[in-house]
Amino acid sequence: MASTLLSLASATPSASLCFHEINKGKLNLGCINKEKTNPFIKAKSFGRVSMVVASNVSHFEGITMAPPDPILGVSEAFKADDHELKLNLGVGAYRTEELQPYVLDVVKKVNKLLLEKGENLEYLPIEGLAAFNKVTAELLFGADNPVIKQQRVATVQGLSGTGSLRLAAALIERYFPGEKVLISSPTWGNHKNIFNDARVPWSEYRYYDPKTVGLDFEGMIADIKAAPEGSFILLHGCAHNPTGIDPTPEQWGVIADVIQEKNHIPFFDIAYQGFASGSLDTDAASVRMFVARGMEVIAAQSYSKNLGLYAERIGAINVVCSSPEAAARVKSQLKRIARPMYSNPPVHGARIVANIVGDSALFKEWNAEMEMMAGRIKNVRHKLFDSLSSKDKSGKDWSFVLKQIGMFSFTGLNKAQCDNMTNKWHVYMTKDGRISLAGLSLAKCEYLADAIIDSYHNVS
Amino acid sequence: MAIRRAMSGRIMDRTAVVGARYMSSWWRSVQPAPKDPILGVTEAFLADQSPDKVNVGVGAYRDDNGKPVVLECVREAERRIAGNLNMEYLPMGGSVKMVEETLKLAYGENSELIKEKRIAAVQALSGTGACRLFADFQKRFCPDSQIYIPVPTWANHHNIWRDAQVPQKTYHYYHPESKGLDFAAMIDDIKNAPNGSFFLLHACAHNPTGVDPSEEQWREISHHIKAKGHFAFFDMAYQGFASGDPEKDAKAIRIFLEDGHHIGIAQSYAKNMGLYGQRVGCLSVLCEDEKQAVAVKSQLQQLARPMYSNPPVHGALIVSTILSDPDLKKQWLKEVKVMADRIIGMRTALRGNLEKLGSPLSWQHITNQIGMFCYSGLTPEQVDRLTNEFHIYMTRNGRISMAGVTTGNVEYLANAIHEVTK
Repeated sequence: MASTLLSLASATPSASLCFHEINKGKLNLGCINKEKTNPFIKAKSFGRVSMVVASNVSHFEGITMAPPDPILGVSEAFKADDHELKLNLGVGAYRTEELQPYVLDVVKKVNKLLLEKGENLEYLPIEGLAAFNKVTAELLFGADNPVIKQQRVATVQGLSGTGSLRLAAALIERYFPGEKVLISSPTWGNHKNIFNDARVPWSEYRYYDPKTVGLDFEGMIADIKAAPEGSFILLHGCAHNPTGIDPTPEQWGVIADVIQEKNHIPFFDIAYQGFASGSLDTDAASVRMFVARGMEVIAAQSYSKNLGLYAERIGAINVVCSSPEAAARVKSQLKRIARPMYSNPPVHGARIVANIVGDSALFKEWNAEMEMMAGRIKNVRHKLFDSLSSKDKSGKDWSFVLKQIGMFSFTGLNKAQCDNMTNKWHVYMTKDGRISLAGLSLAKCEYLADAIIDSYHNVS
Repeated sequence: MAIRRAMSGRIMDRTAVVGARYMSSWWRSVQPAPKDPILGVTEAFLADQSPDKVNVGVGAYRDDNGKPVVLECVREAERRIAGNLNMEYLPMGGSVKMVEETLKLAYGENSELIKEKRIAAVQALSGTGACRLFADFQKRFCPDSQIYIPVPTWANHHNIWRDAQVPQKTYHYYHPESKGLDFAAMIDDIKNAPNGSFFLLHACAHNPTGVDPSEEQWREISHHIKAKGHFAFFDMAYQGFASGDPEKDAKAIRIFLEDGHHIGIAQSYAKNMGLYGQRVGCLSVLCEDEKQAVAVKSQLQQLARPMYSNPPVHGALIVSTILSDPDLKKQWLKEVKVMADRIIGMRTALRGNLEKLGSPLSWQHITNQIGMFCYSGLTPEQVDRLTNEFHIYMTRNGRISMAGVTTGNVEYLANAIHEVTK
């Protein structure tokens, strides 16, 4: 699918051809790629077309339609559906029990505050808003963490999680050319796109065990051990996407052991800090454990979910280095990557976060709202589990719904079963079997349970 | 690779001690990056304690008191959107409404091309983001192509196409002797480039020189680019800011459209709406037909997804609020004209002051050039003297940001320039 196409595209096309001819006022033109491995262009579509007027023929003649994004495309399909019972469990955006988008109270307060302040709209520095960078690193590592006090963290504001990951990927490509990133199987779909477009090779480590609908811990450890020394290991800090399956603290310790043993570099994607357990500190435990061991760590953050700032595109990339001097150099190079991408990051989301996290009263309020959101998801998990257990007479163990954590649940449904969920029950989810519990209400749990049971048992 | 293995060896020795801090780092080979030449100027300016200091470095508009300006229409738009309770992700292509309004500015309010849906367009991260998306798109779909970039140009253009891995060539543009356009050499370069090359053109208010082709010259440029089957990519960062009239500033683009080119355009609201930090812009690519436009747009989105997933909403909402309300739009047009007029006024004042001081040199170019910048012709050494002796900050290529000139500092500036050039 999309990911296959893109991994092909990452290979350098060898003998591509751009050919032009002028022939008595007639012009052949266009960019033609005869290289078969470039999947973006229909190689045959452009023969030797003679044109009288040169500029009427496009340079981009052979361009084919890109496949719909597997995640964002789900919402689009949902919107197009008229059925009254339709349910959108696609993209991971939090919804209230009434299935409405939710703007946090603290965000509303700060927006009002910012409007009153009437700040200017000048360019931020390339690395972003200083106040934001300070609080975001403190939020993740803890304000008293030695790495912060010793100024060993290079923090750069990024365009949410995606943008922050992309900056790190570009840094890896530039300074560790040829080194691989290991990503979990499965992982968030866009991870592969990011590394492909950044030209960073990747391979997978085992993660999800379909038999237990849980973690394939032995497989994970074996694959991390087998990777060439000095590989980058992409880890989900908490609330793994798409499975909802997180290692236990003990398991995290073993993972850290292996990574240290093999001199790998841990690369955390933390998109749900606060959303897993309801506690911002608890959810940062895995990252803090690695940092406490003296490891150099990369960590990407996002405020899309935990502060509901999806469309503001606010996050950060952090690189914990062994010295403040290394951190300064790394930061300067991250800036050099950002400048030709977008020059400097957008200011609005950064101001919102800085004002909330930097104000103790607002921060407390945020914590409470965070607990409320995570609490709602936990309740929904319980209701769904109860519905599944009581309605399904087959004796199948549905407890994974309770064991998984965060916004998502990996149902274990295969593609055909997922199609059934959508076509028969108008339940929209991603084809890997992931449902977003953030889009589920208590009221709809029974309907969803019916749909899952039907799809699981009656479709293969 | 060798560096990494050596480093690993050192680290291994130290892991014997539990919890030991690593003395070496994975990041040893990372050099400190050179300072950004443009943004570095402002940093130096901020650090200067002198009461006389003047910042004519970065291209951000200042009012006659040297203060940043938030346009009234923007403040009003902010008030209107303050109650907005929708923080949901924009589509990958950004705000549809914002893009629609933005295309009208570039292609014309009643453009047939818009009606025929032949334009593939996505919201982008201001001008930089639009250029970068295009560069990546060019790399992916015309992998053997090069980009021809004028000499000089905005420094970040080189970074953008380099990071997109598109090889660069240059074409003649600035004529130092006349401090104007090296038109003949530019046309030669267009003629000599391999057919079907990509040319980066500044639609108006060339950065950093302020030197724009005349309308007749644009027609000739269009003719030769067409004859060679080149692709014209316009970077339009100053529409409205150059002459005060957005329609006038889009003239070059309209000429190319009349001539049938299939162009690409990067548009930015950083300067003309003062939305610098909001990062709002648009990339558009004119296609043969609607079908191709749909395909191209999907591919642009495919490039955006692994870069930032979807663009930021706040600035886009401000733009669409203003441009879709006739009264607010009128107000915006007025405010853009005020900014442009102030700059034109400062050009006149600076030139006048220099002439009054009896400078032996010609300063005609100050008023001939257009837009935010003036390519003064000062040498790097003269610029250094201006900074060290007079606390005047500008980029070392002699580019003066006229937006930083005020009635309060224009005499001081003229004096200083006269001192270092007499």
